Amino acid sequence: MSTDLGMPAVGGLDLVPAADAPQKAKDYTSDQEVRWCPGCGDYAVLAAVRSFLPALSIRRENAVFISGIGCSSRFPYYLDTYGMHSIHGRAPAIATGLATSRPDLSVFVVTGDGDALSIGGNHLVHALRRNVNITILLFDNRIYGLTKGQYSPTSEVGKVTKSTPEGSVDAPFNPLALALGADATFVARVMDSDRKGLTEVLEAAARHRGASLVQIYQDCPIFNDGSFDVLRRPDDAESRVIAVRHGEPITFGTDGRWAVVRRGFGLAVAPAAEVAPEDVVVHDATDPGLAHALARLSDQDLEHVVLGVLRQVSRPTYDDLARAQVAAAVDAGGADLRALVHGGDTWTVRDGAVTTAAQP
Amino acid sequence: MTSTAAAGTDARPTQPRSRVVIRFAGDSGDGMQLTGDRFTAEAAAFGNDLATLPNFPAEIRAPHGTLAGVSSFQLHFADHDILTPGDRPDVLVAMNPAALKANVGELPAGGVLIVDTDEFTRRNLAKVGYAADPLEDGSLAPYAVHRVAMTSLTTAALAELGVGKKDAERAKNMFALGLLSWMYSRPTGGTEAWLRAKFARRPEIAEANVVAFRTGHAYGETTEAFAVPYEVAPAVLPDGTYRQVTGNLALAYGLVAAGVRSGLPVFLGSYPITPASDILHELSRLKRFGVTTFQAEDEIAAVGAALGAAYGGALGVTSTSGPGVALKSEAVGLAVMTELPLVVVDVQRGGPSTGLPTKTEQADLLQVLFGRNGESPVPVVAPRSPADAFDAALEAARIALAYRTPVFLLSDGAIANGSEPWRLPEVEELPALAVEFATEPNGPDGEFLPYLRDPETLTRPWAVPGTPGLTHRIGGLEKADRTGDISYDPANHELMVRVRQAKVDGIAVPDLEVEDPTGDADVLVLGWGSTWGPIGAAVRRLRTAGHRVARAHLRHLNPLPADTGAVLRSYRRVVVPEMNLGQLALLLQGRFTVPVESVTKVAGLPFGAAELAERLTPYVEEKEQVTA
Repeated sequence: MSTDLGMPAVGGLDLVPAADAPQKAKDYTSDQEVRWCPGCGDYAVLAAVRSFLPALSIRRENAVFISGIGCSSRFPYYLDTYGMHSIHGRAPAIATGLATSRPDLSVFVVTGDGDALSIGGNHLVHALRRNVNITILLFDNRIYGLTKGQYSPTSEVGKVTKSTPEGSVDAPFNPLALALGADATFVARVMDSDRKGLTEVLEAAARHRGASLVQIYQDCPIFNDGSFDVLRRPDDAESRVIAVRHGEPITFGTDGRWAVVRRGFGLAVAPAAEVAPEDVVVHDATDPGLAHALARLSDQDLEHVVLGVLRQVSRPTYDDLARAQVAAAVDAGGADLRALVHGGDTWTVRDGAVTTAAQP
Repeated sequence: MTSTAAAGTDARPTQPRSRVVIRFAGDSGDGMQLTGDRFTAEAAAFGNDLATLPNFPAEIRAPHGTLAGVSSFQLHFADHDILTPGDRPDVLVAMNPAALKANVGELPAGGVLIVDTDEFTRRNLAKVGYAADPLEDGSLAPYAVHRVAMTSLTTAALAELGVGKKDAERAKNMFALGLLSWMYSRPTGGTEAWLRAKFARRPEIAEANVVAFRTGHAYGETTEAFAVPYEVAPAVLPDGTYRQVTGNLALAYGLVAAGVRSGLPVFLGSYPITPASDILHELSRLKRFGVTTFQAEDEIAAVGAALGAAYGGALGVTSTSGPGVALKSEAVGLAVMTELPLVVVDVQRGGPSTGLPTKTEQADLLQVLFGRNGESPVPVVAPRSPADAFDAALEAARIALAYRTPVFLLSDGAIANGSEPWRLPEVEELPALAVEFATEPNGPDGEFLPYLRDPETLTRPWAVPGTPGLTHRIGGLEKADRTGDISYDPANHELMVRVRQAKVDGIAVPDLEVEDPTGDADVLVLGWGSTWGPIGAAVRRLRTAGHRVARAHLRHLNPLPADTGAVLRSYRRVVVPEMNLGQLALLLQGRFTVPVESVTKVAGLPFGAAELAERLTPYVEEKEQVTA
């Protein structure tokens, strides 16, 4: 991503070996047949990922994709990298162990709204809190697809599904507010159909040192078809989609018809013509209050949806700190197994005689 | 012998004793575990054989002076090799009425009882339901009672030092330790040095404790009440260098040794849980060996992270107790399916559910063997004693690394917190755990086949991320033979289920060692885990009483030694003592269709030697009645 936040030049890929030669999307394509439903948003994301990975210029064998369970979690099979299709909700935990023990890997987590926010909610918030150097792709179609159509933790209140024939009474998560609550250092949202935005944000997320969360809105054509159509149809999207970019005033719609302004402790949308230019909010991805307000500006009913990088800040990562402690201890020496085992108060028996080691 | 460094200049002769069982009992806040630990260290430094049994409530500080808050520490030390922490104490130190009430029932007539009279107030007596003061009502007549005003003697001795009243009273446990150290002619220099090191940052507290310790020692020396000090001579154990060790410490060191011997970094993912947390604590202090410890958000994340690290080429370990195993089960199944090495430490405690967190039990055996969905074979190794936990940890790591499989290391609370002398190994004697990662494609057409197996061990290659040319995907869905692709093919599933089972069944484990001194016993007592000590002690008693009995011990619960069935069938009766309701017995009967008789105990405490001997007697007597 082009945004320069003036942060220290410590990138998410700094310890990952560089590729010897230029790569192509094809290099990242595995021999496995892709088995998502026709029209599934996962295809678009897969294509975007295959195309942006070469741009990272890392060795292909040093990229690892860890997924949980759900339609999107089949993702690793379709990339010719290392990968693990693990168990429901646990991918962030597995990725934490891998990223902590292997700084030379670029570790991605592929998960969905059910996997990450329901069964795996605990691992997600803790991975974000620890700021482990991983990149989390959260595919949000607001439905359980693989189990054939139950409501998810991001489904709208009132949603009629197989398990909620009278409509869901469950209040949904605002995933970005949740991530910000866990003090995540990189929080972004993109649309599956926005190839350019997807590529740009995912690359920035991969290059971010720390835990990156990218929520990807996508359709499930079978169980939640057209759920994001209002964000795709230009006429509707016009007044709804708020694309933000660090350092730029937040205006949107044709010719910047709408502007985001401060209201109380939060944000509101106003016709740009009625707002003095200095009152238009300028996006600052380092401002935690602004990030929260932008997350709250995004409604579950999609009246307004903020896309782009809401927050990107630098904070020490768990895995860097954990490795530094181990490295410092190793460097200080004294890793003598015999001395460890033979430590403490010892005594010796020789031919029936007991000799006690000198007391301290 | 150079270690007869009994302190003091007492002219009274010492009386030899071959073995003594001491139980320190007091309130949870009285420092009984610390006192017991320190006396144990003195006994160890003196060269006695020893075994310990800490017994404490799950509450950190239960209401003061109540029965629920009683904490005790039993120590058995001897001039010969012993196998258990002892059944009934010879000496009971009771720091308050609650400790007396909870423990005096186990003190045999004639036993020595030392009480802190200062704590026998009307209020404290009422708290535990004593209508009359047992020190006055004659109910303690069967015992040799020593009434010692430990609290006031301690505070009086510390009056000059200017420490606060609370700190002064708190030092009364060191008075007790000093008194007992005199009684049993323990060397004292070690304890004083230890106190000064422990309280290095608060020298006034260190001094107070040292003074309290010396005051207790001097009290024994100068008071006519204690006729003579006793001496328990050093034990003549096999040649070697020894130290005292608890099971959790030995297990942690075994994991470090496995890392050193395999050349792999150890990665421990753990969530605090009693009685396993000390493994996390110990390994967290050993980063210099390249050990990474990760305190996870929950049990599932702990095993998940360990598995992730194992995927990356580390020696992945997770440590927990029974409730944690229940939570980790699905991830262990993933390790079975992905065939990655992983050591899962289960320090068993009383169950079900939260159960008895600080007490011991062996009731997780069937959980670790069968508590997962699908056919999910996992090897199981169980240490038999605190020191053996070191070797058992190495063995668990050996199997995990050599066969690319999760392995359960099944310890328990008695092993974890108990201690004994450990004959220290030399590093070069430890097994080499060399590991080879895959580096080259292995397929006929130059491709990499992640599920192409070694024809002998049936293990698959361990290809870690970052290895060029070997990119591949693994996961929980059924794998196609050789390629590791997703496969729903019926014949493939049939094959893979059977291959995973055959791999575990084929793990090389040593044959059973049967101990039968007369060579003609027809009753076999078979045990596993921490019943090793009590069974050994009970069998000794039976043999001393003239019974012929064989005994054997299972270190590997899965796979079982190849000769297990043959051994079982060669005895007329097989008796299995267990701290559960007969789990190994059930397993053996199912596997070998031989009758197995169970002797079980689920009291949260180990079998006592006399107790177990008594319970085994009918099994060894019947034959003799028949032949008589």
